[in-house]
Amino acid sequence: MALELDDVRRAAHLARLGLSDEEAASYVDDLSRILEMADSLQAVDTEHVAPLSHSLDTTQQLRVDEVTEQDQRERFQRCAPAVEDGLYLVPRVVE
Amino acid sequence: MHDKTLTELAAGLSAGDFSSRELTDHFLGRIERLDGEINSFITVTAEQAQASADAADATRRQGDAGPLNGLPLALKDLFCTQGVRTSCGSRMLDNFVSPYDATLVERLAAAGTVSLGKTNMDEFAMGSSNESSYYGPVKNPWDLAAVPGGSSGGSAAAVAAGLTPAALGTDTGGSIRQPAAFCGITGLKPTYGRVSRYGMVAYASSLDQGGPMARSAEDCALLLGAIAGHDPRDSTSVTRGVPDYQAELNAPLAGLRIGLPREYFGEGLDPDVEAAVREAIRVYESLGASVQDISLPHTNLAIPAYYVIAPAEASSNLSRFDGVRFGHRCENPSDLIDLYKRSRAEGFGSEVKRRILMGTHTLSEGFFDAYYKKAQQVRRLIRQDFLDAFDEVDVLMGPAAPTPAFDLGANKDPLSMYLQDIYTIAINLAGIPGISVPAGFVGQRPTGLQILGPHFAESQLLNVAHQFQQATDWHLKRPSFGEENS
Repeated sequence: MALELDDVRRAAHLARLGLSDEEAASYVDDLSRILEMADSLQAVDTEHVAPLSHSLDTTQQLRVDEVTEQDQRERFQRCAPAVEDGLYLVPRVVE
Repeated sequence: MHDKTLTELAAGLSAGDFSSRELTDHFLGRIERLDGEINSFITVTAEQAQASADAADATRRQGDAGPLNGLPLALKDLFCTQGVRTSCGSRMLDNFVSPYDATLVERLAAAGTVSLGKTNMDEFAMGSSNESSYYGPVKNPWDLAAVPGGSSGGSAAAVAAGLTPAALGTDTGGSIRQPAAFCGITGLKPTYGRVSRYGMVAYASSLDQGGPMARSAEDCALLLGAIAGHDPRDSTSVTRGVPDYQAELNAPLAGLRIGLPREYFGEGLDPDVEAAVREAIRVYESLGASVQDISLPHTNLAIPAYYVIAPAEASSNLSRFDGVRFGHRCENPSDLIDLYKRSRAEGFGSEVKRRILMGTHTLSEGFFDAYYKKAQQVRRLIRQDFLDAFDEVDVLMGPAAPTPAFDLGANKDPLSMYLQDIYTIAINLAGIPGISVPAGFVGQRPTGLQILGPHFAESQLLNVAHQFQQATDWHLKRPSFGEENS
């Protein structure tokens, strides 16, 4: 399936990925060709085949619901771009 | 010392021929003198390495040294290392100093190994040539005009150049096996779930697996024993016990049934690579193995299925890089959306963006069933091909890559780069283990034999690879790189 410029812009917005017009245009051709390759999957009959999400076909392991982590907020915030009073700072969202 | 295997170095440490500090300083000196030419390290942690080496020597004096104590190695720069930058080859994480260790890093440190530093890689492990790194391409020590392969290209090149006796890599679609083949070393991708992914920066979570890259299968066995095993912090790591991977290395191969997937010997395979692989198979026949043709009928669907599944998972995994909690943040964002969009636009390189866009598109409303669900169905068929094959044979063999290492800059088109992984990618979709061992040369560039086994057959793969290395000396060949300076 060929992609249009608007499809690339839409995906970029959904992914919160800034793209210049030039960059967006440059991805149209590549992504169209990758999707065309992916379209070859459509020729396979998979009507009675269950999707495989885990190669060992196992289910999620469960564990006892107990607290195992300590509070390490300060340590984890040391690599943050901007924090104040233990909070992550971002531009004002509500005026 | 840099020409020895990890196993030989372990024996030397044990015999007191040299200390871990002497060994560590030797490799640090080589990195200092030689890495400028091949760019295999992003970060060298000399001071930490010397401190770890001194600690390992003290442990040995106390009589508490385990088999890996004091051995230097290097880590692909996507294993989180506390207090050390973990960049993933990306501008996004250029400023990221990890607050914690990956489980694999923790286990290797507990075993007394010494990390020399963090190796170069394709950005977020997305690539087959190591050319997508923010820190520049890595060169192949066998031929500086050639790529080392990818995405664990720095790890492979560093081992081949004798800058470290071993390294850890990760493999999502071939990223351990293909660079191992291109650099003439041995690399093992374990069964999915065998090695914890905790602290390993995620690319495609249902495919990613860490593993050893070294000079021999015996060295890989030594390392795998240290990193394998259940980890409560990774719910996809399996609870199955870890065997002694060295115990079976010397088992005779008489009666071994080898399958040759005919789809792995078709169009696109370089005739000289094929000749090397066929010659390797003749060696196995002389060791008492039998060989038969096998078909993996869904092979041609592996690349399309992978390039739906992996980018979809990547687009989800990489959404965490938003400029808020860690990583790159743009200057003066006007609002929150601007902060997200510009931080990500500036932080990610073009191949990473391509895969995020691809994955976001195929997961978006109206496309999910046609792409992601369909690819997951085909994934089951691909896995079934292998399960059926292993009803008839013990292992499968073929080339690790269709060509020897290609020239830097030769594959500008993303699709032609994707096709480089034709023989490795299905293995990740099926979750089975695979190992690449040196099997000869095309000109001066190495080529690799890939050996595949059923889920959790690592002991057998290592045995089969080790017996080949007892009968041949391809794995002992060293590039002339750095000789005049050593």
